[in-house]
Amino acid sequence: MSVSMATGELVREEPLVRPVRWRLAALRHVPVVPLSIITLILLTAVLANVLTPYSPVDIALPERLKPPFWEQGGSLAHPLGTDPMGRDLLTRMIYGARISLLVGFLGLCLGGGVGAALGLIAGYAGGRVDAFLMRATDTALSFPIILFAILLVVILGGSLLTVVLAVALVLWARFARVIRGETLSIRERHFVAQARIAGSSPMRIIVVHLFPNVLNTLVVLLSLQVGWVIIVEASLSFLGAGVPPPTPTWGSMIAEGRDYIASAWWISFFPGLAILVTVLAFNLFGDWLRDALDPTLRQL
Amino acid sequence: MQRYIVRRFFQSLLELLAISMLIFGMSRLTGDPVMLMVPDDASREDIAQLRHALGLDQSLPVQYWVFLSKAVQGDFGRSIKGQMPVSEMIKERLPNSLKLAAVALSIAVLLAFPLGVVAAVKKGTALDTMANVVAVLGQSLPQFWVGIVLIQVFAVHLRWLPVAGVGSIWHYVLPAFTLGWFVVAGMMRLLRSSMLDILGSEFVKLARIKGVPESTVIWKHALRNAIIPVLTFGAIYLAILVTGAILVETVFAWPGIGQLIYQGIVFRDFPVVQAVVLLTAGVVIAVNLLVDILYAYVDPRIRYG
Repeated sequence: MSVSMATGELVREEPLVRPVRWRLAALRHVPVVPLSIITLILLTAVLANVLTPYSPVDIALPERLKPPFWEQGGSLAHPLGTDPMGRDLLTRMIYGARISLLVGFLGLCLGGGVGAALGLIAGYAGGRVDAFLMRATDTALSFPIILFAILLVVILGGSLLTVVLAVALVLWARFARVIRGETLSIRERHFVAQARIAGSSPMRIIVVHLFPNVLNTLVVLLSLQVGWVIIVEASLSFLGAGVPPPTPTWGSMIAEGRDYIASAWWISFFPGLAILVTVLAFNLFGDWLRDALDPTLRQL
Repeated sequence: MQRYIVRRFFQSLLELLAISMLIFGMSRLTGDPVMLMVPDDASREDIAQLRHALGLDQSLPVQYWVFLSKAVQGDFGRSIKGQMPVSEMIKERLPNSLKLAAVALSIAVLLAFPLGVVAAVKKGTALDTMANVVAVLGQSLPQFWVGIVLIQVFAVHLRWLPVAGVGSIWHYVLPAFTLGWFVVAGMMRLLRSSMLDILGSEFVKLARIKGVPESTVIWKHALRNAIIPVLTFGAIYLAILVTGAILVETVFAWPGIGQLIYQGIVFRDFPVVQAVVLLTAGVVIAVNLLVDILYAYVDPRIRYG
């Protein structure tokens, strides 16, 4: 808020809503490489059926276990080689990007949404509600929660929906903890008290007054977790607790290559490389976004 | 101190109870848990018999009580695939997992401490950057893939180490390193920042003014205090270790608990998965309790706080 020296008008002590605000200095250091990689991966995932002439699931046994084109016996028809069923590896990786990104996106929405909501409620309500919710959050955070994700998939059976649920289950606590902390400091500010005096219901205060003020943090948190979510999805897929075959996922492709570790190294190598590059790009982008929006979130 | 321990103990008990309820509740998500406990080709009579044997005709609270009292006695039911009590399978495999985890944790501590301290002391140098790269990669690499690539390089191509399984001490090298490295990343970063804090504090300045040799200042005065924040994250490291063990044991065909849960997933062997989750929950909660008590013993601010 600007100070009007001429009129001496009283300046509002704090903004009613802290919008997502960019720091100009950071805008000069836009991470070009990570952003291009992310754009490229998003495009390949969306355009998968245009980009490749092959099907990701149809079996072609005569073509099985062809190496990448630079190795002996490889050809440009299958640039990264084929898997034990004769399916083009690059094709399956392109379609695999769809699953990774889709599960990542939906899992983040669900886990982040539930976590943020619980954080807002705990932070605003305080008292017993807060104590209970934070106890649960702490337990979830200090626990190999992926075990529960596995249990969930074994009980409900593998499907896109189950995996999204499982990912959200792993994720929510990280959001609840941070958002609750933010809420605690915001609810002490005058505009919240004013809203309460004006008769706003707790629901309205949380949605209209508190939520917009934690949005900044939420955006940063979301972007920092994308990489982690992709690794969780890949880990579940690798263990056979992901989206079931024949749908290609990066994690399950790595698992399929395990039996050919000595004879066909490319089957597990390239999907893993795809995970590494994607996660690294998202992590670097998230780091930058944090510095651009709110450097005080460094400890996240 | 005693009051603190008692309070903390009951907290742990409550946590364990809540988790057992969660597991029990999850197993009822599909409505009929019997379908999770029999092979796909089980006959109608088998199913009806098991339903009665499990007391599923009774109310939910009674069912939960039966489930809990059996679990406390170490009865987790029978494996669908293995056709033997799950507790036997766990007993057989637990030592393997503990051995691997112990070696991995030792490697992690031996790597993370020097790296974290050196990164803090030589802040801003190439060494610091290198340590940072190790940490960033630790957060971006899928652990199971690292294991597979290591096998390809060191076992298949160079033939220096065995591909998988157990046997000699050489079998420990790759899995323990893969498992340990991911603990190193977090531990190192934390130690570096807490070292930086401590190195700027008054008592370190005093030690230097007194003429204490720099190496003693760093490795004794500073490190001792910098370790405390690392200890508080003990639970997180344990969680990373357990999660990692599932993946690493699967990659390296290590006959431990982690591989057991993998087989449980593959064969949809619900009793096995349920038992491993419940047991791991118990172990994690017990270790956390122990660490907290130790911590309160070391740092009086906690027990009086």
